[in-house]
Amino acid sequence: MTVPEPVPPPVLHPAAEPVLEPAAEPVLEIADLHVTYAPGVRAVRGVGFAVRRGEVLGVVGESGSGKTALALATLGLLPESARVRGSVRLRGRELLGRSDAELSRVRGKDLAMVFQDPLSALTPVHQIGDQIAETIRVHAGATRGAARARAVELMELVGIPGAARVARGYPHELSGGMRQRVMIAMAIANDPLAIVADEPTTALDVTVQEQVLEVLRVAKEATGAAIVLITHDLGVVAGFADRVMVMYAGRAVESGPVGEVYRRPRMPYTIGLMRSLPRLDGGAARALPMEGAPATTGCPFAPRCPVVLPACARGEPPPAPVGPAGHVAACVNTAATERQDRVFPDPEPVLRSPRPPRHERPPVLEVTGLVKHHPRYRGTLYKRRVGAVRAVDGISLDVRAGETLGLVGESGCGKTSALMEILRLGTPQQGRITVFGQDTAALTAARRKALRRDLQVVFQDPFASLDPRMRVAAILTEPLTTHGVRKALIPGRVQELLKLVGLEPEHASRYPQDLSGGQRQRVGIARALALEPRLLLLDEPVAALDVSVQAGVTELLEELQARMGLAYLFVAHDLAVVRQIADRVAVMYHGRIVEIGSVDAVYEAPAHPYTRALLDAVPYPDPERERRRRRTPLAGDPPDPSAPPEGCRFRPRCPRHAGLDGEQRRLCAEIDPVLRAAPGGQDQRAACHYPQGETPWWKSP
Amino acid sequence: MNRRTRAGLALLAALFLLAFAGPLLSPWGWDDTDFAAFRAPPSAEHWFGTTQSGHDVFALTLRGMRRSLLIGLLVAVLSTGLAALVGTVAGFCGGWPDRALTFGVDLLLVLPSFLVVAVLSPVLPGGWPMLVLLLAGFMWMVTARMVRAMTISLKEREYVLAARFLGVSAPRVIARHILPHLASLLAVDAALNVSVAILAESGLSYFGFGVRPPDTSLGTVVADARGSTTAYPWLFGFAAGLLVLIVLAVNLLGDGLRDALDPATRRTMP
Repeated sequence: MTVPEPVPPPVLHPAAEPVLEPAAEPVLEIADLHVTYAPGVRAVRGVGFAVRRGEVLGVVGESGSGKTALALATLGLLPESARVRGSVRLRGRELLGRSDAELSRVRGKDLAMVFQDPLSALTPVHQIGDQIAETIRVHAGATRGAARARAVELMELVGIPGAARVARGYPHELSGGMRQRVMIAMAIANDPLAIVADEPTTALDVTVQEQVLEVLRVAKEATGAAIVLITHDLGVVAGFADRVMVMYAGRAVESGPVGEVYRRPRMPYTIGLMRSLPRLDGGAARALPMEGAPATTGCPFAPRCPVVLPACARGEPPPAPVGPAGHVAACVNTAATERQDRVFPDPEPVLRSPRPPRHERPPVLEVTGLVKHHPRYRGTLYKRRVGAVRAVDGISLDVRAGETLGLVGESGCGKTSALMEILRLGTPQQGRITVFGQDTAALTAARRKALRRDLQVVFQDPFASLDPRMRVAAILTEPLTTHGVRKALIPGRVQELLKLVGLEPEHASRYPQDLSGGQRQRVGIARALALEPRLLLLDEPVAALDVSVQAGVTELLEELQARMGLAYLFVAHDLAVVRQIADRVAVMYHGRIVEIGSVDAVYEAPAHPYTRALLDAVPYPDPERERRRRRTPLAGDPPDPSAPPEGCRFRPRCPRHAGLDGEQRRLCAEIDPVLRAAPGGQDQRAACHYPQGETPWWKSP
Repeated sequence: MNRRTRAGLALLAALFLLAFAGPLLSPWGWDDTDFAAFRAPPSAEHWFGTTQSGHDVFALTLRGMRRSLLIGLLVAVLSTGLAALVGTVAGFCGGWPDRALTFGVDLLLVLPSFLVVAVLSPVLPGGWPMLVLLLAGFMWMVTARMVRAMTISLKEREYVLAARFLGVSAPRVIARHILPHLASLLAVDAALNVSVAILAESGLSYFGFGVRPPDTSLGTVVADARGSTTAYPWLFGFAAGLLVLIVLAVNLLGDGLRDALDPATRRTMP
């Protein structure tokens, strides 16, 4: 069995009418919950909430805020060494303090869960249908056949195409989105009272995230369960939750109805979190950087708070009502947060000296028809080649001095492969790479090494990109010694670099594991800048960081560009970040660039249906607009990279293709479209036979 | 450092001290002959007794032990070093160097090493240093394959990629970013190789292939006692006992090191 065929969009219930009148009795009730890991490591400190039937509570927080510990405590899945205090009641029955055997009777039946990583939550050696059926048999005592039939029914409900066939398959045969659907099917198998979903869509691409959220919505309506949705993504909460609880340093610092909290946040942390999000609509306000660690005494947010009072240091403020419908915030200075736009000073705009027009600036990187195929082999003794993964399948782009080209696409589209191919500075399988006018295929080893000074890289994961056994100073020294900088100059240069990226001199003697994520990424940037390159390739440089830290790193990159005239090739999957930082954007799908052009042109009027779908799939952190929008999630999964469809590669998922007549469709089916100037666009080209500049939904009133 | 490592280290240190400082305590040299005592049992005069020809067994055993320890250490260092070199080069370079080296490793692995060393060591010149080379030459392959596999995964780490894209040369990347991460594995491997080498050397020497008279090792001491094991147990008992102690000490040290360095086997500290 291979990857399932493209899925039709799941049957949607258009208006989110609650199936049941929300009963007054809460289903899941948590009061004064404390979780302590080791003495002194208090992950959750006195959190309480109640969710009613059919209600969705969004729990939002950054890494280390205690949101996952909260989920595990609710489910009774904490490790033995953790200590839990407080109360977790499911329809009035206390769950804390029960034995694992007793809890197992509740878990999976009345209280279900969906985790972030569905692959590790499914058993690899059992058929999918059997795993769902097992949940039903364990709790409901159904016969084998009846449970199997019900499993297939559930799989159909969550929109798995060919459910009966997939039920006989194994987890590894499914895509991430499909596995998450299976997890949801298991979660609703026994009509649970409540579902706890911990980052259920974080590992998924935006288009798949949209599908899975839709399925979760269907599941909620089918079972009427209460849902606790734990996430770091304010956009997901805006569209999906009824109420929201913001966590910081193990406490709920603000909670209330979603619309109210998003419109009038009163805790400075919530206000900062909202403002640190980059906006897809490129709104006037820039993302607000908000870095720092929680305090251990007094209000934990005090060190980062712009409206801090002396009273804040005296003790943690209790949650107090600040608005209608149970809107509470734990803040001393709610008087100052009356006007949220006045709480944080506006970030200073990055001053850019005017650049000459694009065609006058020299190109620093030119890629023409680049191809990178990974051959696939099969067989144990004799390895035969059985085709190739077409990671990069003929892309062309150029980056000119001082500008940023964003390269966006979903996982597996080939964007990182393309970046690595450029960084290799070798001879490409096909096509040509020219860096600062030099063809990489014709370089000698010495020229290649010299060229590396001008072309540097920053990686995604600041935890993996720094050698854990080297101090920061040694990490920054390495490029300098490699390229023969005189020994006497090195210590000064290291200090200069630290200052350049906003770190302190004493950071030089630290090891990477003693730094925060944001600080590590700054070290990664400093290493890349050590040799004063003119072109930086950035592989998702902010994707692994918390939103409040993201804004700071993005701002640093913009400042460096303005000051040093750097050119960036910025690979990302987050379209909002690209909107903020990039001048031009290239959208990749299945190893190809399907649309390329100036950011404004592409975001305001995407000509390729895939670009449009990507933009539409990004959840928008505004509950009112998010609820008003008509959802048409892009069908299907990203395709198998070794077998592109005939003709246009996007055709099987294309919403525009569906509306064409037979004659028009033939063109899509037979001829692979090439990039052509989009209608109306100045600097915008799209690879579509029927391009049209469509207005994305968030532009419409 | 845990208790086992400490015990192993203390035992090994004591054995080294005995091997190298022991002769100072006894008036007898290994080639002295006491014509008043042939096959004398252990006594105040001859602590481990004497041989058929009146040699002091204590002096002979310590001489054999020095040789065995030296061979063990050298073989371990050489074979682990070779394994590190071949493994990292094959893993890091990939392509044809990898294929060639892996083929060589697989070829050596299928040879019956004990037989080959037994056949070659008597005919090759060079005495015990040649034996060291032969033993080392047949002990590095499994480690090399392990090192190669780990290098391949380390090579894709972002900090290694970052160094390569900075233009750092391959030998330097291996030395600075890859070897330090293999250090714990290699240390454990070298420690365990010491005991394997000493056992192999003793076995070969016992059969007359490894260290040959007039040179002495623990194996030859035991071999000389062949035929009189029950009647004159002191002739081989002390040598065999020390052999067991050496292997025990080294294995304790190796296991302890592995536990201390490998987070996967680390137990929660009390």
